[in-house]
Amino acid sequence: MAAYFLRRLAQAALILLGVSLITFVLLFVLPADPVRQIAGRSANAETVQNIREQLGLDQPFVVQYGRYLGALLQGDMGRSYLQKTAVADLILARLPATLLLMLGAILCELALGVAMGVVAAMFRGRAIDNGLMTLSFVTVSAPQFVVSLILLYVFAVKLGWFPIGGYGTFAHLVLPAITLGILGSGWYARMLRSSMIDVLRADFIRTARAKGLTQRRVVLRHALPNAILPIIAMIGIDIGVFMGGIVVVESVFGWPGIGQLAFQAIQRIDIPIIMGVTLVSAAAIVLGNLLADIVAPFIDPRIRLR
Amino acid sequence: MKKWLTSTALVCTLALPVSAQDYTPDPNAKQGGTIIVTYKDDVATLDPAIGYDWQNWSMIKSLYDGLLDYVPGTTTLRPGLAESYEISGDGTVFTFKLRAGVKFHNGREMTAEDVKYSLDRVTNPATVSPGAGFFASIKGYDEVTAGTATSLEGVTVIDPLTVQITLSRPDATFLHVMALNFASVVPNEAVEAAGADFGKMPVGTGAFKLAEWTLGQRLVFERNADYWREGLPYLDSVVFEVGQEPVVALLRLQNGEVDVPGDGIPPAKFAEVMADPAQAARVVVGGQLHTGYITLNTTLPPFDKLEVRKAVNMAINKDRIVQIINGRAVPATQPLPPSMPGYTEGYAGYAYDVEGAMALLAEAGLADGFETELYVMNTDPNPRIAQAIQQDLAAIGVKATIQSLAQANVIEAGGAGTAPMVWSGGMAWIADFPDPSNFYGPILGCSGAAAGGWNWSKFCDAALDAKAAEADAMADPAKATDRLALWSDVYTGVMEQAPWVPVFNEERYTMKSERMGGEDALYVDPVSIPVNYDYVYVK
Repeated sequence: MAAYFLRRLAQAALILLGVSLITFVLLFVLPADPVRQIAGRSANAETVQNIREQLGLDQPFVVQYGRYLGALLQGDMGRSYLQKTAVADLILARLPATLLLMLGAILCELALGVAMGVVAAMFRGRAIDNGLMTLSFVTVSAPQFVVSLILLYVFAVKLGWFPIGGYGTFAHLVLPAITLGILGSGWYARMLRSSMIDVLRADFIRTARAKGLTQRRVVLRHALPNAILPIIAMIGIDIGVFMGGIVVVESVFGWPGIGQLAFQAIQRIDIPIIMGVTLVSAAAIVLGNLLADIVAPFIDPRIRLR
Repeated sequence: MKKWLTSTALVCTLALPVSAQDYTPDPNAKQGGTIIVTYKDDVATLDPAIGYDWQNWSMIKSLYDGLLDYVPGTTTLRPGLAESYEISGDGTVFTFKLRAGVKFHNGREMTAEDVKYSLDRVTNPATVSPGAGFFASIKGYDEVTAGTATSLEGVTVIDPLTVQITLSRPDATFLHVMALNFASVVPNEAVEAAGADFGKMPVGTGAFKLAEWTLGQRLVFERNADYWREGLPYLDSVVFEVGQEPVVALLRLQNGEVDVPGDGIPPAKFAEVMADPAQAARVVVGGQLHTGYITLNTTLPPFDKLEVRKAVNMAINKDRIVQIINGRAVPATQPLPPSMPGYTEGYAGYAYDVEGAMALLAEAGLADGFETELYVMNTDPNPRIAQAIQQDLAAIGVKATIQSLAQANVIEAGGAGTAPMVWSGGMAWIADFPDPSNFYGPILGCSGAAAGGWNWSKFCDAALDAKAAEADAMADPAKATDRLALWSDVYTGVMEQAPWVPVFNEERYTMKSERMGGEDALYVDPVSIPVNYDYVYVK
């Protein structure tokens, strides 16, 4: 087990190094100059040159990347070019909001996905099953910015049930969490449906039915706990999916998380922030996958960590 | 009805008392209240040496003061922390007498040492100020920039309330420079204590002080009870909420949750808002020091031919482009906007004339037209404007391909000189200070034509540059009118060579909630966008 962890940690470090290198290269070859963005319009040539030197952007790629890695190893993610604030502070200040949104999204996708999956499995092959599976296909395919705008327009603007964007109360969380969670709910519905169908065919279910238990009790107490296990194991992997979605969802709903921070930074070519958010997201994905792997053997003893 | 005391006495008189011309406070104004202002983007920094976007510009104005300032709602200079000043006969020595008893937010009294410290700081390369170049006329600037000195030789403290600034050359714009945010006075000890985080822990002498900054969510400005301008500000606090899309901000304003949407009325909602009389009544319209233009790269064929540049000028239907942006602008004839001193009244520029344009192209040997590229920033309404330009060019046989890119990429292509044509929308020039010189150097002068500069036409005319330098050296206030006439000549001279197609001058539309008080001029203040926080009040 210990050897397994060490190997996984070493792998994680390698992945993060690779991500940092690729992102740095992409930002380096970008046909846009961050110094121009910082200097503004009136800056004269000396000022531009001075800014370039002060930020070390006059150095060759290897030196810039080496400096970044060196600082990173000491826990320093640098300072934002435009905000001048330490990137670690900016990310830490926004991380709670993103984590809260992810938690909301996980609850939402589980609730929706499980409900849809169970009902579809129970009415297998019937109209309601077909309807739910079509719906799940739609939720999996719908672009998040479209979903977010529709939800915002219908439930916040027209019906006024929820606030129009912002942060602070439970009501603020509902719409962004649904937007982010609805995609996963489709996957879960499909997975749970097939896993339920397998379980419902199992001997112990027949035994339970033979005992004279109600359909409701058989499904909820006996079948579901067994069918849901593979899905629980997937939540860790979802973190990676969410990391992609938060950039859009947080920007639309004005949710003050790291996705919104990344969106702004990309527009302003604020390289230290882009690097920081990318690395934190990559770390979260690696961690999520690791978590999923660790949880798996507890859920299904046939799986061993090696 | 208040009266503006718009005497030009300020620049002509020596040792001018402050009361000579200032703002007459609104008799209905009352103390108290909190307003909510929204923005989409985070506030970058509140360090006055660094902050240089239109969002933090007005915030910094309310947190700090400089030696000079503008009469609210106007472009007229007025004394700020300096209660009076004297200018030597040759226009190179400025002696500022400071106001006594002005306190920083940390309670310490402001002195001449702080003025010197602040100017040394903004020009020091280590500060990385984008505005350092504005102070180039101060004696000793070159040494500080080169790193051979840490203090400006030309700035001397005569006594705790007197500071003298010596220039290495006469500079007619120097008083405007001293009114820029970059010249704000900051306390040494607070800057040292905060280090690189001074922009997050601002300390100035301004009407408001920072009470709270929750990163990514909100900032709260609180009334400075010790503010040296008596009775100001009126508001107890201003709350800036960030991360709010302009459309969302507008909806919240309609719900009564927001007082001023900082990003303005979103283009997609503009017609709807203006069509509703109740909402339109809460929109204030004003001019701004802005020109939207198309640059024609004079170093790339066929735009190296004057006839071609003139032909393009005549081919563009500016009225139609103004319609595309819902009439939020007036068609332009020259680089300067109409509200800028030095604007040439009655100058017709190049009238819309398709046949004339085709005749000029034929004269240049391009009767069959040519192919070119038009670079444009990819946010609405700029691609739509680019399409209109494309159609206008097609009408004279010029086939333009549109390159719609992110702002930074357009700036890069323009600066590198690889873009034959650039539509300036989204990156257009808005003056740093209300003086005609500010529209020349970086965007039309030879210095800006270097690689990476903002002169995307790469236009460089030595004779015009010399004339511009001559105008900027006319520091004698008595010659102010002659100076403006000279600038007018410079810009009409530019138009004769047609490196730009000046398209329109944008108007500003500020929307406010019902309860906001204060006259309209405060809501379209030329230097404080969106509003002048120090003077507005809650009814």
